[in-house]
Amino acid sequence: MSGPISSVEAASNSGWRRRIRASLTTSAAAAIVAAAALTLLWVALRLAGFDATLALGALWRGSFGNWYAFTSSTLVRATPLVLTGLAVAVAFRAGVWNIGADGQLLIGAAAAAAVGLACGNGLGWAVLPLALLVGAIGGGCWAGIAAFLRTRFGVLEVISTIMLNFVALDLVGYLVRGPLQEPSHAYPQSNPIPADMHLPMLIPGTRLHWGFVLAFVAAAVLWWGMRSTAAGFRVRAIGANADASRIAGRIDVPRTTTNVLLLSGALSGLAGAIEVSGVTFALYENISPGYGYTAIAVALLAGLDPLGVLGTGILFGALEAGALSMQREASVPSVVVTAVEAALVLLLLALSRRTGAASIIGRLAGARNAGEETP
Amino acid sequence: MTSALTSFLEASVRTATPLALAALGELLVERAGVINIGLEGIVLGGAFGALLGAGSNSLVLGFIAGCLAGVVIGALFAVFAVSMRADQIITGTAVNLLVLGLTGALYRGLYGATGAALTIPTTGSLAIPLLSRIPILGPTFFDQPPPTYLVYLTVPALWWWLYRTHAGLAVRAIGERPESVRVAGVNAHWWRWITLLVAGGLGGVAGATLVLSQSGTFAEGMSAGRGFIAIAIVVLGRWRPLGVLVASLLFGAASALQYLFQAMGWKVPYQLFLALPYVLTLLALAGFAGRRIEAPTALGRPA
Repeated sequence: MSGPISSVEAASNSGWRRRIRASLTTSAAAAIVAAAALTLLWVALRLAGFDATLALGALWRGSFGNWYAFTSSTLVRATPLVLTGLAVAVAFRAGVWNIGADGQLLIGAAAAAAVGLACGNGLGWAVLPLALLVGAIGGGCWAGIAAFLRTRFGVLEVISTIMLNFVALDLVGYLVRGPLQEPSHAYPQSNPIPADMHLPMLIPGTRLHWGFVLAFVAAAVLWWGMRSTAAGFRVRAIGANADASRIAGRIDVPRTTTNVLLLSGALSGLAGAIEVSGVTFALYENISPGYGYTAIAVALLAGLDPLGVLGTGILFGALEAGALSMQREASVPSVVVTAVEAALVLLLLALSRRTGAASIIGRLAGARNAGEETP
Repeated sequence: MTSALTSFLEASVRTATPLALAALGELLVERAGVINIGLEGIVLGGAFGALLGAGSNSLVLGFIAGCLAGVVIGALFAVFAVSMRADQIITGTAVNLLVLGLTGALYRGLYGATGAALTIPTTGSLAIPLLSRIPILGPTFFDQPPPTYLVYLTVPALWWWLYRTHAGLAVRAIGERPESVRVAGVNAHWWRWITLLVAGGLGGVAGATLVLSQSGTFAEGMSAGRGFIAIAIVVLGRWRPLGVLVASLLFGAASALQYLFQAMGWKVPYQLFLALPYVLTLLALAGFAGRRIEAPTALGRPA
């Protein structure tokens, strides 16, 4: 008598349970990553002879310790990490090795600053969306160079995007000492951007700007797009197996690769434009402390999942914000977190090997092999 | 004019030396089917190792320490990319970040936040008797710091080893088709490990050269993309020792152009010169990488 009803119940129950279990697994993974990061840091600090307890206390106070630190340091720092993390995640999903998020961010920042400085206050509020748009286009174009080199000449984008990072750095260095330098020519930086271009603050009394909301929206849109649109399917398909996609799925692999790189570059460029209009309010040479490189760790630890990037982006934002206060209070060099982030990626590689699960790394390796054989 | 030309050529060879050392190691690794993006970290680690080793005013110890640092980082890469069969690009990127963070933190921890005014004596140049007295060519090629002569020795040695020994044949076969080599009883993992350790040593010496024969000091991230450029040089040199040597000299010349321009008194933004090696890499890859037949077939694949 309980046959059909209980089986329906069981079915819905198991679907529900599976969802709970999946989200529990994700949270557990995030907790493990955070715990592993702290343990690694503690060990590294002890080995280097620092007061680890004091340093980790400072890390906490500078990141999650109070409302101001959380909003004005952690989330402000997380914004470019989430956007560049998304850029890396979408590219890696397609088996496209965009290591150039940092250069694309710089070009986006330079393009946005140039728009702001050229328009001044003449455009009113419209200068802000225009600058963000131009920043995204600038980043996209910079990645487009790598896309062109790959599809036209078969240049591996791993190398070309890295080279373009250095070129972007030199280009911005030239801009802030040349055409865009402030009039007194004393400092390598631009004039302040017009007030109309400032991103409004999200929470009064903090430094958290609306750029964080944009990053949040970008993550949600990308999550939906990757799951539910034909374009998202093409991206996942060429990442899983480029040959099968071309032959069985009639997917234009070079075109999809180009589009992915353009999108990836645009996200990084937007991150740069947001940094200029929400944080620095002028163009500086060292506007990025390597966001685009940290982004690789952000994306990988999130399993290349856009919503996961939101989580790991905030986690890494907290790590980097906390590192600065660690440097102030315990005089621990803040670059130590870069080593911790790298160690986390290596740990992930080792764990995904041990668990033998259908890991993202395995998928990536597969994607790469397939990509190697496409002409 | 002649002196400007001589100093330009001399600077070309000097700049090419660390690139050639790193690229010759990468050539060996890629012939075994591994692409080691971590080379950038190896060069940086070698530079830092040299700084630590030369602390007691011993240049020889500096080179040894730089070499060992490179070997250790190469081994780290091998643990993940060879033994665990993890993705080579991700492993390499992680290794680079790890070395960047560790050397930066250690440098600031050991030498203070600024680390300024830290100078180490450099090797100076070692003139080869007779050869160094040939006009123009002599000072260009035979009046250089010792690592340059290591390049001259490594090129023929590597060529002989790759093309005239059974082990070299096995390594080249691993790079083409690791599965079939295994059937022949060759341990692909073992050979990939060996090549990575050797390349680590060469890359470490390349980093040590930057500190001990060129700048005489250390700066965070001072490898400045030389490891990546070395990887491009391998492509440009068509995975052959002599080709790699020629390609390295080409890049050395591109970097040394700034000395020539300065001597000529031409006014060009210096960032242009800084960017030139990277732009040249892109152009060279675009010109040559299209014909990829010569790349090892199994490049980037786990064995």
